[in-house]
Formats: sequence, structure tokens, C-alpha cells
Amino acid sequence: MEEKQKKVVIELDNVRRDFVVGEETVHALRGISFKIHEGEFVTIMGTSGSGKSTLLNQLGCLDTPTSGEYYLDGIAVSTMRKSQRAKLRNRKIGFVFQNYNLLPKTSAVENVELPLMYNSAYNARQRREAAEAALHAVGLGNRMNHLSNQMSGGQMQRVAIARALVNNPAVILADEATGNLDTRTSFEVLVLFQKLHAEGRTIIFVTHNPEIAQYSSRNITLRDGKVREDVLNPKILSAAEALANLPIPQDE
Amino acid sequence: MNFTNLIKVALKSIASNKFRSFLSMLGIIIGVAAVIIMMAIGQGSKESVRKNISQMGTNIIMIRPGSDMRGGVRQDPSAMQTLKIEDYRSIQQNAQYITHVSPEVSSSGQVIYGAHNTSTSIYGESTDYLTIKQWKVEDGMMFTEEDINKSAKVCLIGKTVAKELFPEGGDPIGKTIRFKSIPFRIVGVLKSKGYNTFGMDQDNLIIAPYTTVMKRILAQTYLGTINCSAITEEMTDQAIEELTKILRTSHKLKEHEKDNFTIRSQQEMMDTMSSTMDTITVILVVAAAFSLLVAGIGIMNIMLVSVTERTKEIGLRMSVGARGIDICNQFLVESIAISITGGVLGVAVGYLGTLVCGALGFPTSIPMWSIMVSFVVCTLIGVGFGYFPARKAAKMNPIEAIRYE
Repeated sequence: MEEKQKKVVIELDNVRRDFVVGEETVHALRGISFKIHEGEFVTIMGTSGSGKSTLLNQLGCLDTPTSGEYYLDGIAVSTMRKSQRAKLRNRKIGFVFQNYNLLPKTSAVENVELPLMYNSAYNARQRREAAEAALHAVGLGNRMNHLSNQMSGGQMQRVAIARALVNNPAVILADEATGNLDTRTSFEVLVLFQKLHAEGRTIIFVTHNPEIAQYSSRNITLRDGKVREDVLNPKILSAAEALANLPIPQDE
Repeated sequence: MNFTNLIKVALKSIASNKFRSFLSMLGIIIGVAAVIIMMAIGQGSKESVRKNISQMGTNIIMIRPGSDMRGGVRQDPSAMQTLKIEDYRSIQQNAQYITHVSPEVSSSGQVIYGAHNTSTSIYGESTDYLTIKQWKVEDGMMFTEEDINKSAKVCLIGKTVAKELFPEGGDPIGKTIRFKSIPFRIVGVLKSKGYNTFGMDQDNLIIAPYTTVMKRILAQTYLGTINCSAITEEMTDQAIEELTKILRTSHKLKEHEKDNFTIRSQQEMMDTMSSTMDTITVILVVAAAFSLLVAGIGIMNIMLVSVTERTKEIGLRMSVGARGIDICNQFLVESIAISITGGVLGVAVGYLGTLVCGALGFPTSIPMWSIMVSFVVCTLIGVGFGYFPARKAAKMNPIEAIRYE
């Protein structure tokens, strides 16, 4: 198996997460273990209540497990302090959210620069160069100075993806990244994700839409806080083809 | 995040909420301007009082009958009759540190010349008086020792009295005016001194020989005041000591008895006045400072709103790697920027306000340190009232913050 030789980016070892609500304890994650290697495009699916948001928070170092251990790029996260996790997020993770979360009235390039603002290794010029490169990578090289409120949903999501790329993260975490987009734009974004995958990026795409799973290399399905299914996708569909086959929208 | 970026982010946030930021700045602007204007008026009044008093002569020593008020109780009226002509003569003969002495009695009432009259005060003095008070005669001359010996009915008048009694501008010298139906022949007109700090017209007076005023107007044998001038300002203290000795001997006071007179130097009065003005200034400034406190609360309020409104932004920043301290700093810098900008504008408004007050006739002087203090206070307000909202922002849970709608 050639996957085994690749570097392990994410490793979960019997991760549990309990929430105390009133007098009851809710077991959101009931012992989850899996590894994700460099260069994988993984979809994590599950209905609401399956624990996928909780898992995403764990993967994104926004939360720590009640028990078990999570290794991100070989670093144990569960005992880290808040500020250490913030730094880890800054260096290792790129987030893409469902509702874009761009800063309002702020240009595309400034939005993309944001993660590097919290990294003292970058000076203003390096920051600008990295942000411009990331925007070129998502095909927005000609919209650097457009303000966030002057862009379409697809463009905003691409800015958000550029923002996730700019720190050259170990893993890109997408949370329902196509959830707010129409079919055509969704496919455009998927094409972009597949392109990044082809370039060797590690991507985790959390979604409740089973259709997206067809375009990724591996699918993990959650149910009731446990991994129900973890399969490699033998036949990865091309989002670019699917996009080409979509009926061309006609103006009424 | 480094400092330059913090400033950029803060200014951007202020700029995107211009009107709101301006309103919260307004409190600071008004507060700082009020403090500066109050300080300027306080300081200006103090300086003007000092200047006025020193113009009157800083080596003047005044002796009044009776001792200081004891525990706020006014003294027996008989205690007010302790200064006698003998005291004056004794000082004249014995005092080494005193160059000039003038006994003083005064009365006020109406003075009449022809169809004109005005209400004024008459001061009975010796010939030394003008020297002590550094007063000049503009027209005519001072009355003489002989006039005093004869209790002559002669007088000098101030500019205001001259204006009131001789509106047509005739020469007052040689004319006879009546004060309380006693006729006085005018021998001189004093040079104008203008108003003093307390708004009193210093030119509204008549000066006559003390003997004349005592015998013909008041029919009394005791003196109201004795004015002296020490050789120099520095010798005032020795002079006071000497005067005390002379008067105690002259009053035959025993060792254990308290002084039945009070000696005040102009210097002392200047200090008293200054400290009174300082107290007034402090009261004014404290009152104005309360508006700064209110302004600070206004900033806190607006920052709390801003934090709540930008919960999502805070969540995003935390997700991409902002630590609690970064978020805290961001909001702190923003509130400091608001309060310091307000402070700068406040200083400008305060300066203009001071000019307006000056034009309206208030004595003003802006002390440099009041501007410094304003800046320090504004920064403290920014930090103090910005801290709580900033802390609130820093403590947010990024998971909840980013999903906040």
C-alpha cells in the first residue's frame, strides 16, 4: 500500500468528547480513531447530530478532546493551552466556512492576508506577495482589490479558499464549503478543490451532501459519534466534467 | 499582531463606523475642552490676581485692629478700636525696617459737585500713602504735612470721581466738592489704576488728610488700618516682627495676652489669594473631569456594542490564529485611538474656547501641563474603559463566535 508510506497529517486515537448539558452528559464523539495521510481529499459525512461539527472543531484545534489524543502533523493537541492552539491553527490549518466569513468592506487581498497578520515571520511585503500568489491560485488574480461586498458568492468562497491556502497549511478544513452556493458555482468550487488535491494538498471536507463524496478520494461517515464507514473512493469523478455537462443556464 | 497592524486595523474599524465613533469621541472632546478651559480660566485668574497685587506693591504691610477671627467667631466690636494715632507715631519713630507709614480711616457716601453727584469712598491718609501704594498724581499735587496738621479740607480725587462730577471735562483742581455736606477743595487728580482683579474700580475714591476725615467726617479717635512699606520685599518678615514688638509695647500687652491687632503683608495676601484661586480651579476642574468620566463610560458602551456586533469577525480571527491577547489588544487600541483622537480634538476645541473666553474678558492662560494631563487622562480612559469590552472579546469561544448570527 503506497498510502502507508506517505506522511500522516492527522491521527485521531480514540477521541471522545462529552458535553454536560444541565444534569445530562451528551456523548458527542464516542471514541473516534483514524489517520489521514498527506495528499488525501477526505469527505466527512453524517446527518445532523452525528457529531461531525464536534469532530470538525477537534480537527481544527478549536476544541480539545475529553479523552483520547489528536495528533496534527505529529503534534499532540489535547494538552495544549488556548494560545498554543491558536498558533497551531495559524501555521497548520486553513479554514473554509459555509458562509465565507470575509471581513466586510475589505479588499480580497487584505482578507487573504489576515492569517499572516498573526504570524510575525511575515513582514508587510511578504504578506502581500503570499496573498497575491494565493489569489492567483484560486483564479482571482484580476480581482485583488475588489471589496468583499462587491463579489458574488462563488468569488467570496474562492477568496476564502485563498485565505485558507495563504499560510501553506498542513490541512485545509472545509465546513460545508458549497452549502451556500448554487449547483454551478458549487461545481466550480469543487473543481478548485480537486485542483488543489491534484497539487498534493490535504483536504478535509465536512458535508451532509453525499454527492460531494463522489469527487473525493476517501469518505468517512459518522453516525452517533462513531465512524460508521471509512472507505477509499475507487472511482473519483471529475468535477470539471460534471461542470461541463451541466445545462447552460438560459436567461428567461 | 504587531503594533503597526493593530493601529491599521483599529483606524479601519473606526473609519467604517465614522458617525458612531465621532459620537463617542464627542464626550471626550467636550470633557477635555471643559477641563482645559477651566484650567485656563483658573490659571489666568491666578496670574492676574498675582499681577494686580504685585502692582500694588509687594512690600506693603497692613495692620488692622483686632486679631484674626477665632474659630469663625467675629470679634467684639471694641476689639476693632485698638489702633490709635499713638501706634502710628510709635511706628514712625521706632521702626527700622519701615520706610513709609500711613494711617487710614475710611467712609463711604455721596459726593456732590453742582448738579452732579456720585457715590464713592473717602480715605483719610498721610502724605506717605501715594508712595506706599505706588500711586501717581496726574494733575495738581498731593496735600501737605501742614494740611494734615491743620485738618485742612482738601482732597485728591480718582479718575472715576472726576469723570462723574465733571462730565463736561472742566479742570477739577481748585473746585470744591461736598462729601456728607463737608466741603473739600480738590488739590489733585490721581492717575488712573483701572479695575482690580475683583472687578473693583480703583479710581472711584477720594483721598484726604486722615486728621480731616477722623475729626470732621467720622468723629472718631481710632484708626481703621495702618499701611506701611518695608524697605524691600525680602525684609517684610523682619518688618512684621518689628511692628509686632512696637505695637505690643505701645498697647502694653502682657506676655500671655494675644495680639489685639493683625499684621498682613501683601506677599501673604498674594499667597492666600493664589491658594484660594487654586482651590477654585480644582473645584472647576473636578467638575469638568466628571464629564470625562461620563465620556469614558460612553466609550465603554460603544466598545461593548462593537464587540457584540463583531462576534463573527472575532471568531474568524481566532480561527485563523489570533490569540486572546491579539483580540484584546485590537479592541484596546481601538478604544485608545478613539479617546486620544477625542483628546486631540478636545485640546483644539479647548484652545479655541479659551480664546473665546479671553475675548469675552476672562483672564485666561493655558498651562502646558494641562495639555499633557489631558493626553495622559485620555489614554487612561481608553485603557480603563476599553479593557472590560476587550477582555470580553478575548474570552470568546471561537466555535460559538464564528457561528454567531
